Amino acid sequence: MIKVVKTGFYTTIQDTGRYGYRHKGIPVSGVMDAYSANLANALLGNDKNAAVLEMTMLGPTLLFMTETEIAITGACMSAALNNESIINNKKYLVKSGDILAFKAVTKGFRSYLAVKDGIQTPGVLGSRSMYIPITNRSQIENNTIIPVDTRIGHTIGYAHIKRDWSWFTDPVLDVYKGPEYDLFPEIGKSLEKNYTVSNVNNRMAYQVEEAFLVHRHSILTSATLPGTVQLTPSGKLIILMKDAQTTGGYPRILQLSDMAMAKLAQKRMGDVISFQLL
Amino acid sequence: MQSFNLTYKPFGSKAILIEWPAIINEEILKDIVSYKQHIQKYFSNTELIVAYHTLTVIFTNSVNYREIEENLRDIYKLNIERQVFEVSLWKLPVLYGDRLGLDMQQYASDKNLSEQDVVSLHTRPLYTVYAIGFLPGFLYLGGLDKKLHQPRRSEPRLKIPEGSVGIGGRQTGIYPQASPGGWNIIGNSPVRLFDVNNPQRCPVNVGDKVQFYAVNRYEYELIAIQVQTGVYQFEKQVHYD
Repeated sequence: MIKVVKTGFYTTIQDTGRYGYRHKGIPVSGVMDAYSANLANALLGNDKNAAVLEMTMLGPTLLFMTETEIAITGACMSAALNNESIINNKKYLVKSGDILAFKAVTKGFRSYLAVKDGIQTPGVLGSRSMYIPITNRSQIENNTIIPVDTRIGHTIGYAHIKRDWSWFTDPVLDVYKGPEYDLFPEIGKSLEKNYTVSNVNNRMAYQVEEAFLVHRHSILTSATLPGTVQLTPSGKLIILMKDAQTTGGYPRILQLSDMAMAKLAQKRMGDVISFQLL
Repeated sequence: MQSFNLTYKPFGSKAILIEWPAIINEEILKDIVSYKQHIQKYFSNTELIVAYHTLTVIFTNSVNYREIEENLRDIYKLNIERQVFEVSLWKLPVLYGDRLGLDMQQYASDKNLSEQDVVSLHTRPLYTVYAIGFLPGFLYLGGLDKKLHQPRRSEPRLKIPEGSVGIGGRQTGIYPQASPGGWNIIGNSPVRLFDVNNPQRCPVNVGDKVQFYAVNRYEYELIAIQVQTGVYQFEKQVHYD
């Protein structure tokens, strides 16, 4: 068990997502930066679908009531185990009674904490990812008890990888043409510009400050996917993320690659992004 | 059976979007649902999303687009042997007006109708479910009487209660969860169109029919209790088109 002493800014339990229910309007959900989350699980030898904590902007303070192994990846939140700094991308052994505390991000936006064999909250429709109304809560709260496998006698082997920080600073997002791309013959010029991430950025969608392209096209409601970039008539881009609705009525001009989505998940207000057609 | 000229488009690296002519039409919807059933037989590992005039086929991993498009075109040829279409007709109770029909008075007076007129015009059609999305269990219904069309409220509400029955433009529907929204709320349905604890979760499928019927406060409370305790049975009929 892990007890949440302080929640941080926005901390949720996520795995690779909830598949097979989109025809009933249920979003996929799952980790926003799948690349970093995979790495956390890999460091512990976990299954790829093991549930992790996704921590946004400001991390939580956690009291371990069980011995386990942990790994932290993604954004840097100056983690400290019993007041001693620990680094990202490395496996650690924690003991019952240990306190793991995070601070505000210094690089990136979302950090991942994996525990040995994954977080053991009950799965709902094949996933542990938090999303209301599928799960009862949308985020962890103070005093939440997070179940993890109880084991004793862990031995800590060497598991540490170096990561390139360009993951957090590189503005370029790879995109495919979206289904309505060809409706906009003048789109090329807009694609070459840089855009600034606005304060509207969450697990459902990211928006940018600059107008992209004003238009008067409308489409009949049709499917959207995580990574779909919608263009509103006023010229706003809506970049759908993991908790996004499954259908929409704005033209879908671009589709982010999986890697681009993971990269965008590490951006926050004021960061610059640009698009590169695949 | 009528066969349509379809357009196939890649949608990212794992999905394909299939488009019919961009109109709201029952024949098109039936063709899509039938095609979807054929695709399910050949590709088990896919998610298929139907909405109005499109079918989106989503694979688990990246696909060779050209190859899959060819396979899908072959499967569509089988669709000519479509069988008699059988769908469900769901009868959904609504308490019109009253406390939960937040906008009923204003709406009826704006439309120059009595509240009773609104109820009879709203309960008459067999609505068609053209898509499910926006929220888990939210049904996009086609077939609202022209006399009931009404623009969305100029000030959207931050929270509309679960079960609210509303009219927004040419659409009508039920909010399956509490949510922000700008529709004119004329009533409330006590049934749960999405319930994660119910094995069926959302029993309604795209292509099904929905008809509303009016209940009084007493009947509403009774059904609400049945829903709460898990004994409520949806009123459903087989419907042939």
